[in-house]
Amino acid sequence: MLAEVLKTTPLKDEHVKLGAKMVLFGGWLMPLQYSGIVDEHRTVRSAIGMFDISHMGQFIVSGNTARDWLNRMLTNNVAKLGLGTGQYTFLLNDRGGVIDDLIVYRTGDAEFFLVVNAARVDEDFGWLQKHKPSDLELRNCSPHFGAIAIQGPRAAEFFRAWLGNDREAPVRNQIANFTLSDNTISVARTGYTGEDGFEVFFPTKIATELWLGALAIGGKFGMKPCGLGARDTLRLEMCYPLNGSDLSPDRNPLEAGLGLFVDLEKPDFIGRAPLHETKTKGPQERLIALKMKEKGPPPRPHYPVFANGNRVGEMTSGTLSPSLNIGIGLAYVSAAAGKIGTVLEVEIRGQKFPATIEKKPLYKKS
Amino acid sequence: MNVPDALLYTESHEWIKREGENIRVGITDHAQAELTDVVFVEIPKMGRTVNAKEALAVVESVKAASDIYAPVKGTVIDANKALEANPALINTDPYGEGWIFVLKIDNPEDLKTLKDAAAYKQQTS
Repeated sequence: MLAEVLKTTPLKDEHVKLGAKMVLFGGWLMPLQYSGIVDEHRTVRSAIGMFDISHMGQFIVSGNTARDWLNRMLTNNVAKLGLGTGQYTFLLNDRGGVIDDLIVYRTGDAEFFLVVNAARVDEDFGWLQKHKPSDLELRNCSPHFGAIAIQGPRAAEFFRAWLGNDREAPVRNQIANFTLSDNTISVARTGYTGEDGFEVFFPTKIATELWLGALAIGGKFGMKPCGLGARDTLRLEMCYPLNGSDLSPDRNPLEAGLGLFVDLEKPDFIGRAPLHETKTKGPQERLIALKMKEKGPPPRPHYPVFANGNRVGEMTSGTLSPSLNIGIGLAYVSAAAGKIGTVLEVEIRGQKFPATIEKKPLYKKS
Repeated sequence: MNVPDALLYTESHEWIKREGENIRVGITDHAQAELTDVVFVEIPKMGRTVNAKEALAVVESVKAASDIYAPVKGTVIDANKALEANPALINTDPYGEGWIFVLKIDNPEDLKTLKDAAAYKQQTS
């Protein structure tokens, strides 16, 4: 095996200057935290936080048949996308298992912009390339784009101060181009935290200028830089899945409880037949949200889960929720054991602790 | 990073303070910074006898659970119950209020296997 080459984003030096603790994530050197995971988490829930998401991948698909082809490759219905609109969707293998979860935006009459997970860029691109008809253009633009996520209840105020002198911000799930110091940047009203916010894509050469500019303006609204640690606790409170943990090539979106993003009525797509079967028979296992009943050790990935003394599944994600101040997580359990309100037990270092199956999301805005 | 000269250290980032026949043990400033926000601590049971390098307590951050090891052979004679209510003491005062347990040691000679402050500083630099 060749040693993995360490990848860095164009903002790495800024993270180091801010005193971030850096960690490896999917081959990338990324900030885990600056002021602390709990502090950053609370900042995003109460004010605004900025994340470097330059590790994520971007593809552009263009050509007259781009829409119909993507509709064969992805689970959600691409035909429903108006110009400048995006949707959450899945790229599946032939067995209906998840290769990746991603957002596809329609950026032109015959042009689409895909934002994929960092650790899946090569695999996604290879899979798409393998199935692509020759008259379509598919480009992996990941090396040319930096990206940040600006998330929190004060995101809209921030946007007005930053880019919104004469233009409205895009609405939920929309993407639009703006000009920042003579460069075109794309701003989408999307995120992975459950708060209002934006994901911004820009040429790597302006990354430092854009980051420092946004931090300077954001200071007025209580903005702090935030790392992958808070990104994970924020998404888990919302029960948003993390590919590689909660999603895998052996799990399909219906088992994960994400059927909302699968259109079984549209024309055929890769993975449709196995999904149709799951839909008809009902999934054998379901991804459920658990909240510990009492204070104690938080659940972690791979901890076994029990119902009435029988093992019924295992955790795929788990942490202490900074908002709820109690252990939370996601687990795949047998469908029969997976009803909302049921009390299961999580085994932690040989001892069983009770946890209730909750309706998703685990965190609800008050 | 703060590495007090008067303490002994392990490779696995515990600090050791000699108190006569006993040792008081916690995790270093470096370790608490690496772990990030501590949210749960499982302290050892009184009277438990342990060998050197045996896992004896668990410190959990938001991110992960980490075992804390007995630096030398001994018996648990005290554990810091304050950590159950306030695990963040490990972050705010790792060498003081954030201590984890006290061992009555079998053989003071065993302490010679531990690192001094200079050696620990070198390990973490």
